[in-house]
Amino acid sequence: MDPVLDIRGLTVAFGRGATAVPALFGVDLTVQRGEIVALVGESGSGKSLTGFAVTGLLPSGAQVTGGAVRLSGTDLRGLSPAAMRQARGRRVAMVFQDPMMTLNPVLRVETQMGDALRAHQDISRRAARPRLVQALADVGIADPAARLRAWPHELSGGMRQRVAIATALLHGPDVVIADEPTTALDVTIQGQIIALAQGLCRDRGTALVWITHDLAVVAGIADRVAVMYAGRIVEDGPVDAVLDAPAHPYTRALIDSVPASHAKGTRLPTIPGRMPGLSDMPPGCPFAPRCAHAAPACTQAPPPVVQTADGRAVRCLTPLVPVAERGAA
Amino acid sequence: MVEFILRRVLQAILVLFVMTVLVFFGVHVIGNPIDLFVSSECTKACVDAIMANLGLDRPVWEQYLIFLGNLMAGDLGNSFTFGVPAMSLIWERFPATLELATAALVIALVLGLPLSIHAGLYPDSPVSRAIMALSMLGFSVPIFWIGIILILTFSVRLGWFPAIGRGETVDVLGVPVSFLTLDGLHHLALPAITLSLIMLSTVIRLTRAGLREVLTSDYIRFARANGVRETRVIGWHAMKNILIPIVTVLGMEFGSVIAFAVVTESIFSWPGVGKMLIDAISVLDRPLILAYLIFVVTMFVVLNLIVDILYSVLDPRVGRSAR
Ligand SMILES: Nc1ncnc2c1ncn2[C@@H]1O[C@H](COP(=O)(O)OP(=O)(O)OP(=O)(O)O)[C@@H](O)[C@H]1O
Ligand SMILES: [Mg+2]
Repeated sequence: MDPVLDIRGLTVAFGRGATAVPALFGVDLTVQRGEIVALVGESGSGKSLTGFAVTGLLPSGAQVTGGAVRLSGTDLRGLSPAAMRQARGRRVAMVFQDPMMTLNPVLRVETQMGDALRAHQDISRRAARPRLVQALADVGIADPAARLRAWPHELSGGMRQRVAIATALLHGPDVVIADEPTTALDVTIQGQIIALAQGLCRDRGTALVWITHDLAVVAGIADRVAVMYAGRIVEDGPVDAVLDAPAHPYTRALIDSVPASHAKGTRLPTIPGRMPGLSDMPPGCPFAPRCAHAAPACTQAPPPVVQTADGRAVRCLTPLVPVAERGAA
Repeated sequence: MVEFILRRVLQAILVLFVMTVLVFFGVHVIGNPIDLFVSSECTKACVDAIMANLGLDRPVWEQYLIFLGNLMAGDLGNSFTFGVPAMSLIWERFPATLELATAALVIALVLGLPLSIHAGLYPDSPVSRAIMALSMLGFSVPIFWIGIILILTFSVRLGWFPAIGRGETVDVLGVPVSFLTLDGLHHLALPAITLSLIMLSTVIRLTRAGLREVLTSDYIRFARANGVRETRVIGWHAMKNILIPIVTVLGMEFGSVIAFAVVTESIFSWPGVGKMLIDAISVLDRPLILAYLIFVVTMFVVLNLIVDILYSVLDPRVGRSAR
């Protein structure tokens, strides 16, 4: 069966022609039906941009310059705007970071959810109501009928994020892209929302791409993790394998800088330097200037993807785990 | 809400007080109205009699106190020139001004909204650039100049539209209106277009800027990510957010349009309150000038209240919550 989401060599650039600044440099990511994948990386690494490219909602000025995005086998680049709209909400849906901004402040919850429902279904507002009430009940909102009539400002942040999740799941999409949906919430609510999203997706067989910069979240929610750095996926593999024995020096550094993983009373290691910006991208591996394992060859050309012995993909010339034998799968 | 209205009314009273003082003493300094409208055969005795009759023989501060006293009783006095209550003159002329201003508002919205939505959606297209350039012109070119150019082009040269007057009117609820007859519409066209230009430019600028900003917001992206149709996203989800500043600004601007219809009405001899004010000033008809200004201030206060009420209807975060 086709994977629900298959991103191959995706490149995205800001601007056109000679002055175009690339922002994604060949992103590869495959998500199987029902799989939960965490997309991790520091701010500006291109996580949101990847999500926007998949939903065809890139910010103005940005465009896809190469590669392919397939949703259940259909290449999005071949779709007309009308067909792309048909795909949004039905095949792929998205949840955003800031619950204060995700819901329209001047429209009732009912209007917003109703419009999302009616986007793909010929149903009257009245007939839509019970469906929406049920959808709110499914995401654990108490007194859903009253909440449906509420204005967004009458709901707490956690509740708004639940509304957003309920809306995204209305049409049972194949894959939901959640762009840091818990970052703006306090910790107890964060846990609830993560458990909710995970539970709903597992129950319904919906694949989930959970974008986050918080490695602590990754272990709890995902089957697989893809680590992103400067517009590329630098490591991609099962969560346990990646967290136990990272193959890419950047993943290693990221794990070491998580406070919880660190022995008490010693200094928390940080990654020296900063991620290169879009306009000062080095010719070689973008992490080489900050990398403790960098070899001279690392600064020459971007490293190719290699397979580790346990089947992970890593973009590194000096990976920290054994690589697969040449010619092996 | 009550406290809010009360504060508004108090502010208005303060403004009225300062304004009446300024106008009263200002007119006094400029000249004696009697000199302007008494016929030349009138003897000294006759002039004195008229002065005494109008109360102009008393010291100006005493005249002012009398004026205030009458005002408390709701009497704005009689027009010097017409000899009838000033307020009745205003009510007689106001429908014409209101009609002109409303026509201008309708033109500004009907033309402005589609144009500015286009400019907001496709900011780099040549059409959008042309629209924005035009809106700049609307702001920067003086109204009287535009009015005169329109008359020269469409009345004098092409002969398509009449240059002056209201044309044929019909009575609606006892009030004469022009827009229901073809001839009236014909007469309304040029002055209404002239008067609409500033509001049109405002609508274009506000809507375009608002749309550009709202379109980058997460909630619009979220609506689109759910597959909501573009017409609905723009026409309702985005527009409802933009309407708030538009209503606020247009509401206030509508007041100015009525107040400053003076220029347009003079150019096109439109028989409204603006034209009446100019005539009243030229003969120093003090009660009429004062009545007009009091009327305008009151109108601003009322418009302000209407805008605030609309505001709380449009924006659920303002005012009482929806329960
Ligand atoms: N509208 C834009 N114009 C120009 N550059 C942009 C724009 N939006 C994003 N970028 C750039 O694209 C790159 C990727 O941004 P993106 O938002 O995908 O990062 P991210 O990984 O989601 O970061 P964060 O964790 O902060 O959300 C960044 O370098 C950013 O500066
Ligand atoms: Mg982001």
